[in-house]
Amino acid sequence: MRFVETRAALLFISPWILGFLIFTAWPVINSAYLSLTDYDVINDPSFVGFDNYKTLFEDPKVGLALRNTFIFMVMSVPTQLVVSLGLALLLNSATRATGFFRTAFFLPKMTPPVAVGILLLMLFNGQSGLINGFLGIFGIDGPAWTTDPNWVKPGLVLMSLWTVGSSVVIILAALRGVPQELYDSAVVDGAGWWKRTLRITVPMISPTLFFLFIVDSINALQSFTEAYTAFFGSGNTTYSNDAALFYAIYLFQQAFEFLHMGYASALAWLLFIVIMAITVVQILVTRRFVHYEGGNP
Amino acid sequence: MRSPLVRWSVLSVSLALALTSCAKGTGGGAAPTPSAGQFNPGATFSGSISVMGFGATDEIGTTRVDLAEKALVGAEIKLIEGDLDIQQFLSAVAAGDPPDIIYANRDQIGTFASRGAIMPLTECIKGESIDTSMYNKNALGQVTFGEQIWAIPEFNQVQITMANADLLKQAGLTIGDVNGSDWSKVTAAAKKLVKAPGGKLKVIGYDSKLPEFLPLWAKANGADLLSADGRTAQLNNPAVVKALEFAVGIYDAQGGFAKVKAVRDSADFFGKGNQFAKNELGAMPMEQWYVNVLNDVSPKAPLVFDTFRTPQGQPLAYSSGSSWAIPKGSKNPGAACRFAKTMTLVDTWKAAAQARLDKRKADGKPFTGVLTGNVKADAEIEKMLTSGGEPWDAGVKAVYEANENTFSLPANPADKEFKDAWQGAVNRVLNGQDEPKAALDKAQQDAQKALDEAWAGWTKRTN
Repeated sequence: MRFVETRAALLFISPWILGFLIFTAWPVINSAYLSLTDYDVINDPSFVGFDNYKTLFEDPKVGLALRNTFIFMVMSVPTQLVVSLGLALLLNSATRATGFFRTAFFLPKMTPPVAVGILLLMLFNGQSGLINGFLGIFGIDGPAWTTDPNWVKPGLVLMSLWTVGSSVVIILAALRGVPQELYDSAVVDGAGWWKRTLRITVPMISPTLFFLFIVDSINALQSFTEAYTAFFGSGNTTYSNDAALFYAIYLFQQAFEFLHMGYASALAWLLFIVIMAITVVQILVTRRFVHYEGGNP
Repeated sequence: MRSPLVRWSVLSVSLALALTSCAKGTGGGAAPTPSAGQFNPGATFSGSISVMGFGATDEIGTTRVDLAEKALVGAEIKLIEGDLDIQQFLSAVAAGDPPDIIYANRDQIGTFASRGAIMPLTECIKGESIDTSMYNKNALGQVTFGEQIWAIPEFNQVQITMANADLLKQAGLTIGDVNGSDWSKVTAAAKKLVKAPGGKLKVIGYDSKLPEFLPLWAKANGADLLSADGRTAQLNNPAVVKALEFAVGIYDAQGGFAKVKAVRDSADFFGKGNQFAKNELGAMPMEQWYVNVLNDVSPKAPLVFDTFRTPQGQPLAYSSGSSWAIPKGSKNPGAACRFAKTMTLVDTWKAAAQARLDKRKADGKPFTGVLTGNVKADAEIEKMLTSGGEPWDAGVKAVYEANENTFSLPANPADKEFKDAWQGAVNRVLNGQDEPKAALDKAQQDAQKALDEAWAGWTKRTN
């Protein structure tokens, strides 16, 4: 009976299994092989051993791209978490039209990333952009967000806040799961809003915050579309800015612009190792700050 | 339970690997070399040919596609519109299912040829009796690689000087001050024309159009970025360094590149509110097609034109543009060859120009010409031009004069890396990250390394 059930289950999930094997597992395995070859997409790959990996360590752009990506991650992940949490707390305390606000916060997430990249160039235009126009009201002469290498990444971080809607919705769901009795007891004990948030809300939703921390970090390390569109894409065929050269952009350039598919595969594997290492460190470091109701795993 | 699960998993994995293994090996296979017999002016065709990267979106395109379809005598043309997607194209070639013909930039041809993505057109040219002497020699040079022609030149692009006559007059300047014939005058004019009340740039005095026009400034200063054989980068040649210092210096004299770019980015480039119409730009070198745009959207704009000139006063333009190439593995190379030939014939261009002329006449606008990679067609089209009065007639005259004084970069197998190296260097200077000399020294190393590797790959493949 159990065998019949298992067979039925496997049959039902077989489309996914096949899709996974063909479109995910096989490309991953193949890229490991290609990383050991010189391959230009047209001609057959020729085996070069670990030459591509040696080149990784001699290529200054790999270091630059990794540095840019890491700095972007360090700047964007905490910013996104804090803003998402703030917006979710606001939404959670709203008594009317919460559905409308939830939708309104989530809508920007639906904007295609390419459009966000173009939007960045317009909003952050040093001369006529809305951001510098707003700063000008307070007498602040805004920076050249889209050309000054020191301001390119902060601009991209601020722009990434455009799409925090999904994180807001996830945190909001977690906030709704915090037992009301805890707040009631805290109020009886004289705890104010800030104390309740810090001592009850944040610990109770810490698994969700931890999940977002990990996922946002991985997303930041794979950041591509917005920066590519704004600083390397077809609208900017000649102008580019090294400060926005993220690792995924350099990988894309090597694979699809320079046709160094073997080297790009090696770059992809390095990125995989870096992401895995950073994620493991994050898990180890942040584990003790996460509270699970059933006890920490 | 475990045993069936393992069995099923093994079966699934085996099936997937078998399927994907079947797919492997179909790519990169050598297509049969086309024989001269496939290319024959008397041949008729059947079925269809797929054309990637070309959209017949105006009368110049549709007229020629219609004529090409007639010339194919039986085969239908299927256009895969939009710019050529290199990834899509190369994947199609690797999978053994390429389009029959592609519409590519001429500077991409060396890279495609060196990797075997397209086929040489020697047999096509011979079989279809294509007279290559009718093509612009610089355009032909850009598609000649390893002593073989790999593509047929289509449109041509050149640059001329465009300026705002009112702003020049107010500053006591003439077009001669901004046409490049005297670099110190250009810098002085930029300073006179720029307007930045309260530090906020309102009018760009002169836009030297970096990074894209470095080859033009370098050539004006007597230097080529790449040797004639396409093998040696010459990016840190002192004349190139000086050209870059000068062109960047123009931005510095106006408050820096960041401000100029911010104003440039916010302009309505293709609309009625363009920088010339709104008196927000003094002068710049720009490609000739922009004359048509300006004439269309702002015919009353106070413009003045001249060729871009060297410090010796000679007209100069960097020739670039598009071309037709036949991918390796094209299923209908004979029809593709006929298509490329017909699209670029003198009579075809004349018919297209007539269609444009008729349309412009109906709209009450002048016909300002079409610049092609075919010098005989250009000469015929020039006879068809209609006057738009000044300044447009002067603009068109400058375009044709520029077209007779062009240069180009030779085909090479690492075009993208080469371009990336010099453009990256210019951008680092513009972004304030490097000095011109240091940036170009670094670019020289990167470009030469890429060229050496790509040429070595070509030598290995051809041997």
